[in-house]
This record gives sequence, C-alpha cells and structure tokens, in this order.
Amino acid sequence: MQPNHPTVDLTGIAASIFDGLLYGNGDAVIGINPATDNVAQSVKLMRMLDEVIRKYKIPTQSCVLTHVTNTLEAIEQGAPVDLVFQSIGGTEATNRGFGFGLAELAEARDAALSLKRGSVGNNVMYFETGQGSSLSADAHHGLDQQTCEARAYAVARQFKPLLVNTVVGFIGPEYLFDGKEIIRAGLEDHFCGKLLGVPMGCDVCYTNHAEADQNDMDNLLTLLGVAGCNFVMGIPGSDDIMLNYQTTSFHDALYARRALGLKPAPEFDEWLTRMEIVRDGDSHRLA
Amino acid sequence: MSEHKPASSSPTEAPSQDEQIGVVHNPWRDLRAFTAARIGLGRAGISLPTARLLEFQLAHAQAKDAVHWPLDVEALSGRLTEALATDAPIQLHSQASDRTIYLQRPDLGRLLDDTSQERLEAQGRSEGSQVDLALVMVDGLSARAIESHAVEFIEALHAELDADEHDWQCAPLTIVEQGRVAIGDEVGEALNARAVLVLIGERPGLSSPDSLGLYLTWAPRRGVSDAERNCISNVCPEGLKINAAAGRALYLLREARRLELSGVKLKDRSEDDVIEHDDNGPGNFLTS
Repeated sequence: MQPNHPTVDLTGIAASIFDGLLYGNGDAVIGINPATDNVAQSVKLMRMLDEVIRKYKIPTQSCVLTHVTNTLEAIEQGAPVDLVFQSIGGTEATNRGFGFGLAELAEARDAALSLKRGSVGNNVMYFETGQGSSLSADAHHGLDQQTCEARAYAVARQFKPLLVNTVVGFIGPEYLFDGKEIIRAGLEDHFCGKLLGVPMGCDVCYTNHAEADQNDMDNLLTLLGVAGCNFVMGIPGSDDIMLNYQTTSFHDALYARRALGLKPAPEFDEWLTRMEIVRDGDSHRLA
Repeated sequence: MSEHKPASSSPTEAPSQDEQIGVVHNPWRDLRAFTAARIGLGRAGISLPTARLLEFQLAHAQAKDAVHWPLDVEALSGRLTEALATDAPIQLHSQASDRTIYLQRPDLGRLLDDTSQERLEAQGRSEGSQVDLALVMVDGLSARAIESHAVEFIEALHAELDADEHDWQCAPLTIVEQGRVAIGDEVGEALNARAVLVLIGERPGLSSPDSLGLYLTWAPRRGVSDAERNCISNVCPEGLKINAAAGRALYLLREARRLELSGVKLKDRSEDDVIEHDDNGPGNFLTS
C-alpha cells in the first residue's frame, strides 16, 4: 500500500491508509514516498506508520522510501525503521548515480538488523528497480535494458531483501514506449526475479507521457497474477497524487484475488476477519 | 459499510439509483476534504462504480493533453520582463525538434541546439566574470507548470535572495523549449554560473497537470551525475506552495554555496515540513 500525499499531510496520508485497509490492502508493506529528501520529514513518517501499525496490531511492516543514507541517519536518531529502502541498478555506475555503493547498503542493513524489529526472519531491505535506469544514467556500458535489470536483482539478492519491486512503467516512453512494451518488460522482470530467487513484485504502472492506459495495466496485472507474482501495489483509485503516475488500485487487488483465487498473507487475512473488514473469512467479501 | 444500508452521501451524488443497481458507497468519502487521493470510491461488487471509472478516464485524457501543450515562450518572456523589470530572457531550444522526438529521445532533450549554443556563448563572453546563480526555465513534460508558476516562483525567490546576507549575483534568465533537467548544466556552464536552478514542468499526474520541479546543481557542467542534484518537487497550489518552495530553494542554495557541492551529500535539514495539524485537518486521526 502506497498512501502518498504531495505535501506529506498526515491527515491525508491517514485517510489513504484507512481506505486501503478497509479495502483489504497492505499485507506486504505500507510504504510512503516523502515529497523531499528531508530527514526530519522521513522520521516523522516512520513514527506515524509505526504508531498506526502498533495501535491496530496490523501484521505488516512500514517503509519510508527515502535515500539509504537518510534512513541510516534516521536509525541513528532512533526512528522505528522496519525496512530500509533504496532504488538500485545493475551497474556500479548506475548505483553511483543513485548516490550509494554496496558498502552503504551493507551498513544500512546492519543498522536495521540492530533494531531487532522483525517478527520473522532477517529481511529488512526493500529495493526498487526498473528497466532503463542504467541507460538513463548513461551507465549501461552498451548492455541492453533487461540484462542491466537482471544484474540489479543480483545486487538485491546479496542483501536478503523482504521485497524487490520492479516499477516497470515509471521510467517513461523513452525506455518502454507503450503498453505492449511495459507488459513485456513486466513479465521479463518477473521471470528474471524468479530465476535469481529474489522476492519480486511488480509496480504495474505507466505515466501520462507513455502510450498506455488502465486496460494495459489490467492485462499485465492478470498475466503477472497467473505467473505467480509475489505482490503488486495498491493505491487509492490507481492515481498516485505524489509521484504523478498510475498503478494498480485497492480495487484491482480485490479483482486479482477473486479472479485467480488468491488470498492475502495468512496473518493479514486473519486480521481482516478479526477487524470485521471482510466477512466469513472470505477475503474478497468486504463487510 | 453494510451491503444493505449504504450510508447517505453528498448531495452531488445520486445514491438512490446507484443503490438500485448495487453500488455500495463509502461513508468515509468525506475524508476527501483532506486529500486529493481517490479514496472512498465505493464499489460495485469489488470493482469501481461506472461514474468513478469515467472520472478517471477523463482525468487521464486531460493529463495526456497537458504533455503535448506547447510553451508560449513570447507570452512568458513578456510577463517575466514586466514582473521583474529586467531584460527579456534568453530563448533557447534543445536538440529535440518537436514533442514526438522529445518523448523518444531524452538524450537530445539534454543538449542545446547550435543556435542556442552560439547565443549563450556570446552572452557568456559579454558577461565575463562568474555569477552565483543561473535560473533556467524548461518546459519539460508540462509547459503549463512553467506558464502557471514560473513568474511567481522567481519573484518569490528574488525576494528571498534580496533578504539574504550574501549579495547574490544572478545570470540572465533563460527559457528552454523541449528540454530536460540536465540541459541546465550546459546553460549554467556557458553562463559561468557557480550554481544552476532548473525550473521544469513535471510529468502531469491525473490530479496535478501543472506541477513544477526545481533542481539545484552546484558547479554545473556537461556530464554531471544526477546524484549531484537536489530536487524540490510538486510545487503547485495543491502541493508545495510557491513561497515555501522559494524558502527551501534559498536554504539549499546557501548550503550548496557553503559546502561547495550539491546532491546526496547536501542533506536537506531545513525546517521540518510535515503538516501534522493545521486548519485543514486533525493530523493522524488513526491514532489520535
């Protein structure tokens, strides 16, 4: 669940979280993109998410999608960090363009592990990727987009992530021109993620300067669901009002569950029943 | 949330007919007073009601139109000249000749065309000495963002710069058509500027077709990595307000000048700006 808000207004963010939970979304992570790279802002968001998750005993984890060096600072300030975020790429030069090296990722992972917040396992990293990031940073060394992307999963795997998310259509038409190319890339990424054994999910998405629409996203969501994708995004009405792109909605997750016979994570499913958000233990029957 | 007794909704909606055809309304839709996010959409079964689907499709069509809206350079230039009582901005163009090429070739959007380069070189030679800051307006993916907010932002920033203890020397204003963020590097370098601030139209979202992005780069030169930039995004009436953005830009400029760098190593420690509680809302009502 990605309850973003363009000015990081806590009331607005709370409203989107409320909407998402009542639509049965958020079992993988509740993650927010802050509007700026301000450390204090990120810490406030981390605290807010922690309070909500603890108050309602939601079996999920939080993440504030800020630069790895900011998260490190936040941990040093005592912020409740469940997951360390970073956008990663498949060449050293790409990651230098993102402003980090592997040593920083290792340091941040150690710092997050030291908080001992995880209930199960030691998976404290959340990575985002996407075909074209190396080319856009002129850091691809002549390699094709898919090869660079697969190499990014190798970077991810080294740090035992909880989630790796290919934000497939976010980069724009210069790299994936239309709905068809986005669909193909989403499936390629899913396939490479499976081969490399990383917990891949997909931000099934497009921007308004690409030749794509919501019908293409319905197609890719269904294809990925059939192919055993680990997670997708949930945003109110598909419209991310902070990042200005469209991804899958809370409603879409319900559709995928119903059409493909899928369920939320078991502990989250139980929570939905206990909170009387769904009825009769049937996770698409909203109360 | 009962299937049988949908809560009454605002007068603008017509629940009675919807109810007959099985649309469930969400009583928390009133929370839209606190966010532009599409919350409380209701459902037909588990899917979107038709009215909400049609609203979405209209917004998508409008956002796509915004991408292709051409920048009215002459009008903008006239307004800037009048508002700031300065010389007309220098008009520049990238190597992307039109919008279709611009969308397909980001590399061309980062480079100035020959005429623009000559124009800038002549300017740089006549200026001679180094200046503190070059402000570059770029259409980017939303010319409407520049048309709507650039003049007001530059006025606000000038007010901040004038009030600062340092005597900020600024290069002539420039306007670039069919440009991307990195084109500011070339402009800043040619104008002999220690820092460049690029004002660029961000890609239009469904709910904000005119949002402005600001990118600060210290020591601009061709080939700067994106890790060397600081970004302030979502500058528009519904997002970060113009005056707040100008204040934040001054903060970053001062820090960049002090540290002689920009980007990942320049941390934004300006006043915290999370809106916890204001006239518009109760803050995080989930826990308070």
